[in-house]
Amino acid sequence: MSRADQPLLSVKSLSKFYGAHIGCKDVSFDLYPGEVMGIVGESGSGKSTLLNCMAGHLAPDRGEVVFDTRADGPRDTVQMSEPERRMLSRTDWAFVHQHARDGLRMGVSAGGNVGERLMAVGARNYGDIRGKATDWLQRVEISADRVDDRPTTFSGGMQQRLQIARNLVTGPRLVFMDEPTGGLDVSVQARLLDLVRGLVRDMGLSAIIVTHDLAVVRLLADRLMVMKSGHVVEAGLTDQVLDDPQHAYSQLLVSSVLQV
Amino acid sequence: MSESAYNFAYLDEQTKRMIRRAILKGLAIPGYQVPFASREMPMPYGWGTGGVQVSAAVLHPEDTFKVIDQGADDTTNAVSIRTFFEKTAQVKTTTRTSEARVIQTRHRIPEEGLTEDQILVYQVPIPEPLRFLEPRESETRKMHSLEEYGLMHVKLYEDISRHGHIATSYAYPVKVEDRYVMDPSPIPKFDNPKLGDMAAIQLFGAGREQRIYALPPYTKAVSLDFEDHPFEASKADHPCGLCGAEDSYLDEVIVDDEGGRMFVCSDTDYCEGRRAKGFVGAMAATDQMAATTMTKPTLEVL
Repeated sequence: MSRADQPLLSVKSLSKFYGAHIGCKDVSFDLYPGEVMGIVGESGSGKSTLLNCMAGHLAPDRGEVVFDTRADGPRDTVQMSEPERRMLSRTDWAFVHQHARDGLRMGVSAGGNVGERLMAVGARNYGDIRGKATDWLQRVEISADRVDDRPTTFSGGMQQRLQIARNLVTGPRLVFMDEPTGGLDVSVQARLLDLVRGLVRDMGLSAIIVTHDLAVVRLLADRLMVMKSGHVVEAGLTDQVLDDPQHAYSQLLVSSVLQV
Repeated sequence: MSESAYNFAYLDEQTKRMIRRAILKGLAIPGYQVPFASREMPMPYGWGTGGVQVSAAVLHPEDTFKVIDQGADDTTNAVSIRTFFEKTAQVKTTTRTSEARVIQTRHRIPEEGLTEDQILVYQVPIPEPLRFLEPRESETRKMHSLEEYGLMHVKLYEDISRHGHIATSYAYPVKVEDRYVMDPSPIPKFDNPKLGDMAAIQLFGAGREQRIYALPPYTKAVSLDFEDHPFEASKADHPCGLCGAEDSYLDEVIVDDEGGRMFVCSDTDYCEGRRAKGFVGAMAATDQMAATTMTKPTLEVL
């Protein structure tokens, strides 16, 4: 069903209001297979609201989120039944939280964390599950002998990498990332970004990355959307937007980054 | 207050109707936890308040009632609940499994096979099998309704990765009729195979958690497992010290402070029945008991 010339995700005038206050308003864009979209903006600009609406964590007030499903082709996930949407979020979608603690089960070993999605879609062979979990730990640069350790014994960067492994083990096609490098120190950030970039290229993933860190989008994103007060004020190729910002707010954002 | 001031089986008729409705709903949807308005009972939570309410709702004046606690008829919990219904319902009570029509149990299924005219009532402390994996009730309900049970296997996975085998030995989760995952109350997993395809009605009452669930007769109940780590009903690898039974679930009893121990049937009625038929275990012989008491003083002298 899915073809390269057909958008994987198509968002049409998505809006979310918190009472009279605007969460995000009339956001529309297409995301093609293998493409990475960055969403930047200051705190409170509506980027996390937008991400949660797309991922089905929040119900949008208006608009469509059309996903090109494997079985039935393009379908509006907002109108989908909850079991279908939850199934989608266990198989074809992945969500990487800013805080690894929100996305991991802290009381369950690393192997169990990675294996959960496999078991949720019906894997019932312990040896296979463990093998896959170990393999994925190594792919995110966690040594295989930590497979039985709990995430509480991991450093922040390792927890974040574990969260990524846990999300990618079922081979999703679309990854939502909410500030994946937030709260990590710069060298760990760099390693994580390198890893994510490698995984995105290798697996041909599409991703939507919400961040306020322009360096992250510069490294990872093909395209960029700049948000302010719930509206998209500028969109385009990443290098184009960052090197030649047109909107006053984009110019402010780009010039706010300290040059070391 | 005189004893006759109680309504039959303690609860008032409206309450019993409410509980019966929950039971019927539970029987109609095997394994589904039906909420009910659990009443305060004259005993603390954890002592079988759920089981007592279910028993009260199903008891008839002409019924014979049996209570077991960990298989035994003579432990505090069993004795007090039995006396409770003797007083408030004036029903006949028995310790014989085959003679009872309603059996209230805590943590065991009788060894003797049950029949179609019997009801087995379980006392349940925590009815939610997913509770320790997912603390939010709103979320566990959603997981049940959407049949998302992957998390249950995460628990078994953790067991194997930590212990090399599935170490859960009681309250072992079962899947009922390929639909609901159910906590069979803290029975040993040795009893799990008896849950499925049983002739008797099985009712589960959780008083504090206000839930009732049920297995109608001959219901499919399959213990969860992995393909390469299949479910195994385990028991202590000994014969019963008193009756010699090889097929019954055993309690370990410490008999002295020198490491001496014996294994006896946890189902006291089963054990007594076997001994009445003439079966004798290795440690039951009275002359041998005399021999141990004889040697003991000698050791102390040394």
